[in-house]
Amino acid sequence: MVSMVHDLLIAPFADFAFMRRALIGVTALALGACPIGVFLMLRRMSLVGDAMAHAILPGAAIGFLLSGMSLFAMTAGGLVAGIVVAALAGLVARTTQLREDASLATFYLLSLALGVAIVSMKGTNIDLLHVLFGSVLALDDPTLLLIAINATVTLLVLALIYRPLVMECVDPHFVRSVSGAGAPTHLAFLALVVVNLVSGFHALGTLLAVGIMMLPAAIGRFWASDITGIVVVATVAGIVSGYAGLLLSFHAGMPSGPAVILVAGGFYILSLLFGPVGGLVRQIFPGRHLEA
Amino acid sequence: MSGALQFTDLTLGYDRHPAVHHLSGRLAPGALTAVVGPNGAGKSTLFKGIMGFLKPLSGSISRDGFAIRDIAYLPQAAEIDRSFPINVFDMVAMGLWRQAGLFGGISRKARDRVEAALAAVGLTGFEARAIGTLSGGQMQRMLFARLLLQDARIIVLDEPFTAVDAKTSADLFALMQRWHGEGRTVLTSLHDIDFVRANIPETLLLAREPVAWGPSAEVLTPANLLAARNLCEAFDSEAAFCADDAPPPGRQDGGHTGSHPGHDHADAA
Repeated sequence: MVSMVHDLLIAPFADFAFMRRALIGVTALALGACPIGVFLMLRRMSLVGDAMAHAILPGAAIGFLLSGMSLFAMTAGGLVAGIVVAALAGLVARTTQLREDASLATFYLLSLALGVAIVSMKGTNIDLLHVLFGSVLALDDPTLLLIAINATVTLLVLALIYRPLVMECVDPHFVRSVSGAGAPTHLAFLALVVVNLVSGFHALGTLLAVGIMMLPAAIGRFWASDITGIVVVATVAGIVSGYAGLLLSFHAGMPSGPAVILVAGGFYILSLLFGPVGGLVRQIFPGRHLEA
Repeated sequence: MSGALQFTDLTLGYDRHPAVHHLSGRLAPGALTAVVGPNGAGKSTLFKGIMGFLKPLSGSISRDGFAIRDIAYLPQAAEIDRSFPINVFDMVAMGLWRQAGLFGGISRKARDRVEAALAAVGLTGFEARAIGTLSGGQMQRMLFARLLLQDARIIVLDEPFTAVDAKTSADLFALMQRWHGEGRTVLTSLHDIDFVRANIPETLLLAREPVAWGPSAEVLTPANLLAARNLCEAFDSEAAFCADDAPPPGRQDGGHTGSHPGHDHADAA
């Protein structure tokens, strides 16, 4: 019995170095991306994350075109493209009739098409799959290091801007009236979103990178009612999804990126049903109301 | 305690259309002043101008011996995300921003101040409640508690009693009087003219143009109120350049003053 549990839950990581590396990769990814996802969700920017994830693609693709599967070129390209699209979308929304969500949607569709076209120009279908769905089982040392650095930077910057970020989410007018921290906070936050999407891009690919950000955040919302609690639950959910997803991928022979996201999706559905904060079951059986 | 606000021929507006037109005057330190006027009179615009959210189209606001950050501001129908998972205590503690800043801890003493502010607005026991569960009146009480903690020399309140019942507005008005007694400058827009006449010493009657500014009883005369009501609210998209408009500072030739002699306030007709 014990050996069966061991075979099921531990052996894949004990026996295979690539599984260990993948586990470290998704754990580091979750540590950085999940708190960011919570703030994206609370600022009603969930789709912005999605749009920016796609926006990274053409940048990374140009890096790929110039120097193949080079970590540096693809990361730099992705960072630049992500920040350019975020800035452009903001600019278009401010200067034209188009709302920010609509302008982001147009930019990301354009980016996705452009990115796929660029990769196909030089690469094979395998390269395209790699770019779209990542390669969490083939993380090399530099990539792993990059993800770890990104997670560290994210947590440090988040600690620095946490207070004004929360205040900016709840009551932007108040922040504006007491300090000039609002705008720099927002920009730093957007930069963190891009940084984490680039991490996610390497591990899970452009299409699923945002999944490790938003699904745990949505899970957290059903289990905790204050922001700290949500961040903690989301991060734990992200790490557990990564671990369980890798196991699923190992035992069922599934591609690892989709397996991680599917497990997170499963947790999300469970939370939606049974979460104590606004879960469906709780809504159907609210319990007797209190006296006051 | 200095804390005077000086308006010099101030025009504020949107897209060059004035919403506050040629306002001059001084808000004395320690004054309790009501801003009264019909909808669209420019009350909120004036407050946004005071907070520096809106740049003057012409004229200026000078703040004597204090910065914008020394002003505590309660916007109308505060744009607060009420679904955000934060509790009443943390929300009120935001008022400590100037002392605590990015990292400062909330000390035992500061916690007591938050508790005292909550007690002052009658929200003791609400500390752990999520802000989304508060009623409109409780929300306004909570925001007043935050204003209390801000400990500002100048307090600007935009329609603080809108959608608030009589008991709550009486309690909140008592706080305003307390601030007044402490020598703080309080500027608030209000709709209840009888209330203003009876309770607020000074009034600025605004209808885009300043109609009158002085002791409330002298300002809120039937003649003045009628004049305020008659000033039109809508923007006139065909409005001519205002002849009184001085060229912006630093530019000698504004282009319009000289080239359009004889235009009067067509835009305020």
